[in-house]
Amino acid sequence: MGNVIRVQHLNYTYPEAKHQALTDVSFDVAKGEWLAIIGHNGSGKSTLAKNLNGLLAPESGTVEVAGMTLSEETVWDIRAKVGIVFQNPDNQFVGATVADDVAFGLENRGVPRDEMVKRVDESLERVGMTAFADREPARLSGGQKQRVAIAGIIAQRPEIIILDESTSMLDPAGRQEVLGVIRELKDELNLTVLSITHDIDEAAVAHRIILLNDGKINEIGTPSEIFAHGTDLLRLGLDVPYSEKLKDALIQRGVTMPKAYLDNERLVDYLWTLHSTM
Amino acid sequence: MDKLLLGRYIPGHSWIHELDPRTKLMASFYYIGIVFLANNWQTYLIMFVATLFMIWLSGIRIGFFLRGVRPLIWLILFTVALQVLFVRGGTVYWHWGWLWITKLGLINGAFIFVRFVLIIFMSTLLTLTTQPLSLADAVESLLKPLRVIRVPVTELALVLQIALRFVPTLMDQTTKIMNAQRARGVDFGEGNIFQQMKAVVPLLIPLFVSSFTTADELATAMEARGYQGGDDRTKYRILRYHQRDWIAAGGMAVLTGLLLLLRAY
Repeated sequence: MGNVIRVQHLNYTYPEAKHQALTDVSFDVAKGEWLAIIGHNGSGKSTLAKNLNGLLAPESGTVEVAGMTLSEETVWDIRAKVGIVFQNPDNQFVGATVADDVAFGLENRGVPRDEMVKRVDESLERVGMTAFADREPARLSGGQKQRVAIAGIIAQRPEIIILDESTSMLDPAGRQEVLGVIRELKDELNLTVLSITHDIDEAAVAHRIILLNDGKINEIGTPSEIFAHGTDLLRLGLDVPYSEKLKDALIQRGVTMPKAYLDNERLVDYLWTLHSTM
Repeated sequence: MDKLLLGRYIPGHSWIHELDPRTKLMASFYYIGIVFLANNWQTYLIMFVATLFMIWLSGIRIGFFLRGVRPLIWLILFTVALQVLFVRGGTVYWHWGWLWITKLGLINGAFIFVRFVLIIFMSTLLTLTTQPLSLADAVESLLKPLRVIRVPVTELALVLQIALRFVPTLMDQTTKIMNAQRARGVDFGEGNIFQQMKAVVPLLIPLFVSSFTTADELATAMEARGYQGGDDRTKYRILRYHQRDWIAAGGMAVLTGLLLLLRAY
């Protein structure tokens, strides 16, 4: 398994901005990995995502995606490999109906119609939206719209899916629904997933986490390594996972808890052993 | 807010519903053209019967069509009144100053009335049986020859499609902003005309600004999905003429023939 994304010394400044949005960002992403990028508002998460598929051009440094170095010639090939699901379900829905929206990316690439129909049906099936193919966006829920956005992306057969805060405007049920679909697709299609998120529980399921702070990489590590900082994360404007909050509350009430990060399951295990008198 | 002219489509699977939207669009225009061929009671009768037959084919209750006439009723009555009172000819029934009610005036008034109703029925039939989206497709397809004179038909079609797709979204947003401003004390639709116009500003400006955000995000999403514009794109949605479209065209031809024949009498 090679690296599917390689970013080296990436710098980016928005025109008219005084400060750099990204400073010397370097990291690799392995094929099939689920990587979460977290950081407070304005830490440069979305800017990073847009730099990865050429929506923004890096000021200096190189971005390599699926063996291609991002440049003006390769940008459209790279976009074919990288699908992004954005935050607002309404503002990324181009087509007049669900099927049209899924077909939009294929139309752009000049895929012949027969092939297109096949891929649209297949993608809608994968995200469980077949019954809604003729619906208009106004009649779908936020979670359903995001599922359509995912279908539109997997119809293009990408290698990488970037979730740019795609669950942040959804209710908890819609969030679970969308993440469930992504998780299934990831294994089935051997995708690499980059999820940019505020939702700490979404980050907790990733293989690795990149912690961004003011445009710089603060730390890269596994969820256990990152969340072991516990309440220090609050200082960086981040939340801590529920299990960590519970642990903290228990420590304050005098219960002895291990220092390492525990996910929900391990926390239950630990409490259960602690309670056991046998 | 959803009582828009375009949103009145009634889903169905009737003979008329299944026609190609291009056929429907062209036939409606053609029909409105030939309404003006009718000039006596025989021709109007033929047109009326033909229209009722088409309405029957669409399987939609006549009530919907009558409702289409309602908003225009004053305009129709006004025009009819003008005809009745000012056209002179034939037997005079009543006469006062420069106002005359004559046989010719009455006949003309009746014809104008029927003509209005027929045109409204036909355009209602078009909007009730055709999805706005298919209409946009039809417009695109029919405009295609204009590419020769460098009209950007594909781009126009995309603009039309996105506009139609965002109508309900913007409507929702409008309602939301209105309610949000109401909650902060703005009175919509009250006071004199200037006060009312002023009250619209807190609605319009946020709507305008949010349209920019939407446009920006939509453009980003489109680009991320490989949109480069131009005519190299393939199309998911295609229109095909079927047998019934030829039958409809034949029907229109027969109707024209009958009208021309009976017009002479």
